[in-house]
Amino acid sequence: MTLAELKRKSRYYRQEILTFIYQAGAGHTGGSLSCIDIINVLYNAVMDIRPENWNSLQRDVYIQSKGHSVEALYVVLADLGFFERAELGTANRFRTRLIGHPTRKVPGIEHNTGGLGHGLSVALGMALAAKLDRRSSRVFCLLGDGELGEGSNWEAALSAAHYKLDNLIAVVDRNGLQITGSTAQVNDLEPLERKWSAFGWAVRRIDGHDIAKLVQALGGLPFARGRPGVLVADTVKGRGVSFIEGQVEWHHKVPSREQYELAMRELEMPS
Amino acid sequence: MSGETDRGIGRANLEVFAETVEQLAAVDPSLLVVTSDSRGSARLSAFAARMPDRIIEVGIAEQNLVGVAAGLAAGGRRVMAVSPASFLATRSLEQIKHDVCYSDRPVILIGISAGVSYGALGSTHHSLHDFAALRGIHNITVVAPADNWETAEALRAAVSAATPVYIRFGKKPLPHLPRRGSFAFGRGRILREGSDCAFIATGETVWRALEAAQALADSGVSAAVVSMHTVKPLDAELVRAVGRSAAAVVAVEEHSEHGGLGDACARVLLEAGLAPRYRVVAIPDEYTVTGSQEEILSHYGISASGLSRVMSTLLGEG
Repeated sequence: MTLAELKRKSRYYRQEILTFIYQAGAGHTGGSLSCIDIINVLYNAVMDIRPENWNSLQRDVYIQSKGHSVEALYVVLADLGFFERAELGTANRFRTRLIGHPTRKVPGIEHNTGGLGHGLSVALGMALAAKLDRRSSRVFCLLGDGELGEGSNWEAALSAAHYKLDNLIAVVDRNGLQITGSTAQVNDLEPLERKWSAFGWAVRRIDGHDIAKLVQALGGLPFARGRPGVLVADTVKGRGVSFIEGQVEWHHKVPSREQYELAMRELEMPS
Repeated sequence: MSGETDRGIGRANLEVFAETVEQLAAVDPSLLVVTSDSRGSARLSAFAARMPDRIIEVGIAEQNLVGVAAGLAAGGRRVMAVSPASFLATRSLEQIKHDVCYSDRPVILIGISAGVSYGALGSTHHSLHDFAALRGIHNITVVAPADNWETAEALRAAVSAATPVYIRFGKKPLPHLPRRGSFAFGRGRILREGSDCAFIATGETVWRALEAAQALADSGVSAAVVSMHTVKPLDAELVRAVGRSAAAVVAVEEHSEHGGLGDACARVLLEAGLAPRYRVVAIPDEYTVTGSQEEILSHYGISASGLSRVMSTLLGEG
């Protein structure tokens, strides 16, 4: 996919996320808009995951540890044909498969997440299994930045470096906000690159909304032979909609009809 | 030891575990054991030396232990995660719930040195809460084998199970028990028939219940003994059968009196409209007295004399 096509996809996915959350009357608006460029690039330009190879152990693997931003994943999976786009309209209804966190009941979802600090250990186990069985598949794990407060991430970080898992790639959606306020105010994470680096990981840091830079960084894996890689992607919570960007209260706020229409108009304009 | 348990002393279930794992690994190339600095405690050092590519070490990190085990299982491996029962059952409880049970990865969780096996090391190391914690989680089988044979059988059943299994046992040598019937998860075994009363026991309390039954027989009371090795799913049919035929039932477990086998059996009996005289002999709701495993269990009446006394009292009531 060309950069122009990827950029069009990102704009389309943002519209789909807004529509999904507006129709469902629930969702994590800010975090889904901050990580959608990352998920777009992973599925459309980096990872080998398709409905056709889903049952193969040879393919790549994606674990979304920040499970609450599941809307961003649902719209991409529907676009790739893992399930019908029409099913997006069932979100949050009684007996829907599309609940507010990822589950394996939904085609294309690898692991049930929602409790924070779980995904990296599971991704590590899958990357280790691939290495032991000499499979070339790579395991990608999307982490929230606020999520890094969970100590279990750092248990996994130690262990992944110990096993030299260069087929494991974590991407941190560094939007700088969590439900209470900024990560700097709540539980300061910086210097974040030095923390990962001290744990033995190869670290890159880029603008997480720059499609070209995402493609370039994630296209050049591993970052270092024999070391797990982490991409710290600096993002903006709510990116793409002016009145949602950087606003703490939009963590899981649902747009009113007026706000939804306004947001959709903003997203129609080429950025 | 006398009567029903005079078939001789076997080994510790821990030793049987280590030996069985090696046998299973020899026939299943996918089997991996994951440890959290617990290979020595689990008697797995020899296994690790002979089959180094079958053991994964994550260090002292039980949350990561269970998450990694789930990931390895997702990657096509059959996985046993091994750690002291106390830490495995609750330090990593959320990983057990989310990453193993909810995500439906059939990991085998091995809780070593369970109950009060660690004796005088104290309550941090005792697992008197594992049945209660895990019974509340969907999609896991909870097992406490009574002797060496049940331990080996439980491990063999676990490696072919389609859903997660938790198996806990202690580290002291145990008597061999009567070999009656086959082993299957969710199916209790009647180790001794009896017409007056019954003990429903689990794990390493079963031989003590058999000794108590022998002592009662010497004074003319006929007591049945059930090894209820699977605490969840409970063999409700067998509990009801026992409740219909026995005038008094005593449930026995090396666990807190709350949330374990005793509570589970009481519910089955009440829902079936059965009301035998009933007692639960377990560890009361307190941090235990200090002492060895044997001293602690004896103190709380989980001994041949304690159990026969409770049963005699129960039969004498009313």
